[in-house]
Amino acid sequence: MEEYMEKIAIIGVGQSKFVRGYPGSIRELAFEGFKEALEDAQIPVEDIDASIVCSAPEYDKQRSPSGVFAEYLGLTPQPTFYLESLCSSTSMGLRMAYSLIKSGLHDIVAVVGFQKMSEISSAESQERMGRGADIQWESPFGTMMPAYYAMFAKAHMEKYGTTLEDMALVRVKSATYGQINDKALFRKPVAAENFIDPNHFMSGPVSSPLRVGDCCANADGSSSLIVASEEKAKALSKKPVWILGLGAASASVNMSGRDQFTGLAVAQEAARQAYEMARIEPRHIDVAEVHDCFTISEILAYEDLGFAYRGEGKNLVKNKETYKEGVIPVNVDGGLLSKGHPIGATGGSQIRTIVLQLRDEAGEMQVDDPQIGLIHNIGGVGLYGTVTILGRQ
Amino acid sequence: MSKKKEIDDRFKKFGTVSFTSVTKVNDFINHLEQGKVMGTRCTNCERVYFPPRADCYYCLSSDVEWFEVEGVGKLITYSKLKYAPVGFENDLPYCIAVLDYGDYKVFGRIASEIPEEEIQLGMEMVTTANKLPNGQLNYVFKKP
Repeated sequence: MEEYMEKIAIIGVGQSKFVRGYPGSIRELAFEGFKEALEDAQIPVEDIDASIVCSAPEYDKQRSPSGVFAEYLGLTPQPTFYLESLCSSTSMGLRMAYSLIKSGLHDIVAVVGFQKMSEISSAESQERMGRGADIQWESPFGTMMPAYYAMFAKAHMEKYGTTLEDMALVRVKSATYGQINDKALFRKPVAAENFIDPNHFMSGPVSSPLRVGDCCANADGSSSLIVASEEKAKALSKKPVWILGLGAASASVNMSGRDQFTGLAVAQEAARQAYEMARIEPRHIDVAEVHDCFTISEILAYEDLGFAYRGEGKNLVKNKETYKEGVIPVNVDGGLLSKGHPIGATGGSQIRTIVLQLRDEAGEMQVDDPQIGLIHNIGGVGLYGTVTILGRQ
Repeated sequence: MSKKKEIDDRFKKFGTVSFTSVTKVNDFINHLEQGKVMGTRCTNCERVYFPPRADCYYCLSSDVEWFEVEGVGKLITYSKLKYAPVGFENDLPYCIAVLDYGDYKVFGRIASEIPEEEIQLGMEMVTTANKLPNGQLNYVFKKP
């Protein structure tokens, strides 16, 4: 007889608008996403047993933000702590919430992600982001995130014939949905032609082969998830969304330790774990959010997650299979490319989108009757990776 | 009277801007000064490490010896930066890249005198110690 596995659910999700230059402090920013999640869960704040605050450090002056937020959000005297894995912090926070509840230590846990990046200049922010890589051996060469992902783009283009046009099509798709997401930073339409128009800002070179339009933008934002035990979820929530699979992995921080530049090993490994835990295959996924920090990242994700064979990721976007009406809709909320990427809030925003999709509450972005959704969230240049599978049942 | 302890911060000389000053592999800088780019090899299990490490994670030994990065490596990938992080603006444009030597890989920069048209993935390159205009040291990839 199979042992009964207690399930864990997400019963509330929220996020702030992702903006440039948020006119408030980080605790006020965190409040926005948390308030929405709490209202969504329809529970009083006292019901939350513990909180996990997630972000990447060094973008603001506050050290140890969890205690500050716990007080501001009304989460004291319950335990709170800080968790970081760069851009995958909130999805790693969900993994931690799952284990805290599964262990029986807590029944309801809040995961609060945030990032306020606008207090420093873009160049300073790139320098800090670059320090999410190997500061001893790589940063002294003048590295930054677009340059790292550009090396993956270059290798993928060389090996599989992926083109600059293919990458532009990822941005075109992203903008299609960014326009209908009122939480997104970038809400204008984008045409593939913008990438070959020397007068259009999208075509500007950043780090070859990546152009401005291939890169997501820094933003300020917050997101929150309320996670509950099966008993609490059934008692408190009309539409709990269940955690079916969790995968997480790490890889060498220095590029010299990588064995591939045409995919991310962390995503492949995290996906394997998540599919195994959920006992499903890639073809069972009805809707997905992937970490499109760059256009190439989305193409790599299609392949790393098994939505496409290696080298064929570009065909999914060319054939519009990852559009809302396609076989596997991906980032139909605009993704990082349109929403903006407030590092510590991004994973929570991706999870929120899938939860809303599975509850049929995604409005104009809603795909047709999804049963199972997937979230792919990457920290650094494939330094950390998580894959989360959620379901209605 | 207290005696001020001398800090061995040679590593602050590595790269245009160094973010580390003290490491157990500070001798890497002396080797660079002598024109050699060196990694470490565990004397116990003979695993080779580049970038050099003071400790072997496999056999937990800290008994490592230096070896020189010699011969040619194959260019796996690269990117030419048009924007740079703070402190690197004067170096623009420059290419970061990865060379594969078989037993290990090396991340670094392609020498600035090589025009991008001449850079091809798969091409053979050598790793060479390099002095930067600001007096700092790094290493670059050149044609053999």
